Amino acid sequence: MSKVGFLNPLNSMNLRQKTILLIAVIILVLVTIFLSSYSIDTSTMVTNFMARNQAPSFEHLFGTDWLGRDMFTRTIKGLGLSIMIGAIASILSSIVAMIMAFLSSINKYGDTLMAWLIDFFSSIPHLLLLIMISICLGKGAIGVIIGVAFTHWTSLARVLRVEIKEINTSEYVNLARRLGKGNLWVAKEHILPLVVTQIIVGTLLIFPHAIMHEASITFLGFGLSPHEPAIGIILSESMSYLTMGDWWLAFFPGAALLIVVLLFDILGEQIEKLLDPTKAQK
Amino acid sequence: MYLNANNISFAYKKNKPILKNISISIPDNKVIGLMGDSGSGKSTLCKVITGYIENYTGTVTLDREVINNKGYHPAQLIFQHPEKTMNPKWKMHKVLEESWNPPQELMDTFGLKDNWLGRWPNELSGGELQRFSILRALNPNTKFIIADEISTMLDAVTQVQIWDALLDYCKHNKIGILAVSHDKELLDVIADDIILFDDINKL
Repeated sequence: MSKVGFLNPLNSMNLRQKTILLIAVIILVLVTIFLSSYSIDTSTMVTNFMARNQAPSFEHLFGTDWLGRDMFTRTIKGLGLSIMIGAIASILSSIVAMIMAFLSSINKYGDTLMAWLIDFFSSIPHLLLLIMISICLGKGAIGVIIGVAFTHWTSLARVLRVEIKEINTSEYVNLARRLGKGNLWVAKEHILPLVVTQIIVGTLLIFPHAIMHEASITFLGFGLSPHEPAIGIILSESMSYLTMGDWWLAFFPGAALLIVVLLFDILGEQIEKLLDPTKAQK
Repeated sequence: MYLNANNISFAYKKNKPILKNISISIPDNKVIGLMGDSGSGKSTLCKVITGYIENYTGTVTLDREVINNKGYHPAQLIFQHPEKTMNPKWKMHKVLEESWNPPQELMDTFGLKDNWLGRWPNELSGGELQRFSILRALNPNTKFIIADEISTMLDAVTQVQIWDALLDYCKHNKIGILAVSHDKELLDVIADDIILFDDINKL
């Protein structure tokens, strides 16, 4: 038994190294998907009536649809688009969260207003608000991005608000002020280094939500326009062909979306473990 | 130079004052001891004097001038629990540098070892941390030290070493001390005068 353990390089690594390895692998997979969506040969994606409704084969890994388009290419394209929209939306969302947390730290009234706004936004079902914002902005990628950004900032803003409040009322910040240090010093030296972990992890954990919501409102027809190769579009189109037995039209794109979402989720958790070792003990 | 607290009143909860018209005056060449029961408001008075509590009535003055709480406060408070007064993500040298860079001799008289400077606060004991928090308060701009039970958690030998070093430094630099403690024997040794702080809620 011990010999086997010795030969397995994973056993000789400590938890930190394993975490870093896992993070590296996930980032590699995600970057590969993202880059290949832009470099992939799109000639297989054009309409080809000679190869309609083919089941998965080595030539067409994910099969073809009713217009003879290669589903593998379409899925990769869709995932690339999803990752990009997810990235922009989650970064925008954490910027909103940071602004809100900053406003709440200015004074008591700002704080009360922010607490109320956070409660207000999180009490409305995400999807409903998202659809409304998306329609108001004329659907499309911009509608989806702004919609996701303005519905997903609440959880991060809540965490940041509490964290900043805790640091701001701590005895060491109080003492720094008695040493004549101003607000800027306190923010730069005491608060920022402590909340930067929360911001990074928070942004990464918004990612899966952003991708899922992008896909679901596109599926419902309130998101991206039908000629874009989004996963939501692929899934909603495949609905009418599922009854004819073309299972691959929904199965592979759906599974791929799920895997990407899961990867982002794991990535966020692992990075949190790496940056905040006290959480890894739990 | 005198540090004066004039007619200080303060209440954490409305209608339940903890300090009622307290006046106290500390000269810069003496050590004043302050004794009293738990919950009598000793620590609250310390926080008022050093600017940690701001919504009190009355005035805190340095000679005749009201202290500006925005800049460096001439009266520095040293807490009973040093670990709370240090950013847990800062190494010890940064904790010290936030106030000033003390000379090597001073660090030696307080028994502060060089290799402690590169450690995190949670890697040092309470007594070791307390030396840092005392040294941090001895910034050249400090005129008065308010020591709120600073040696309660230390062993007898360390207590003597730290108080010796602190009294010596303050005598040479004309820093007045207000020493708060339960320990009558300690105050008998270090203090020139002792004030008994009665529980004003009973009055």
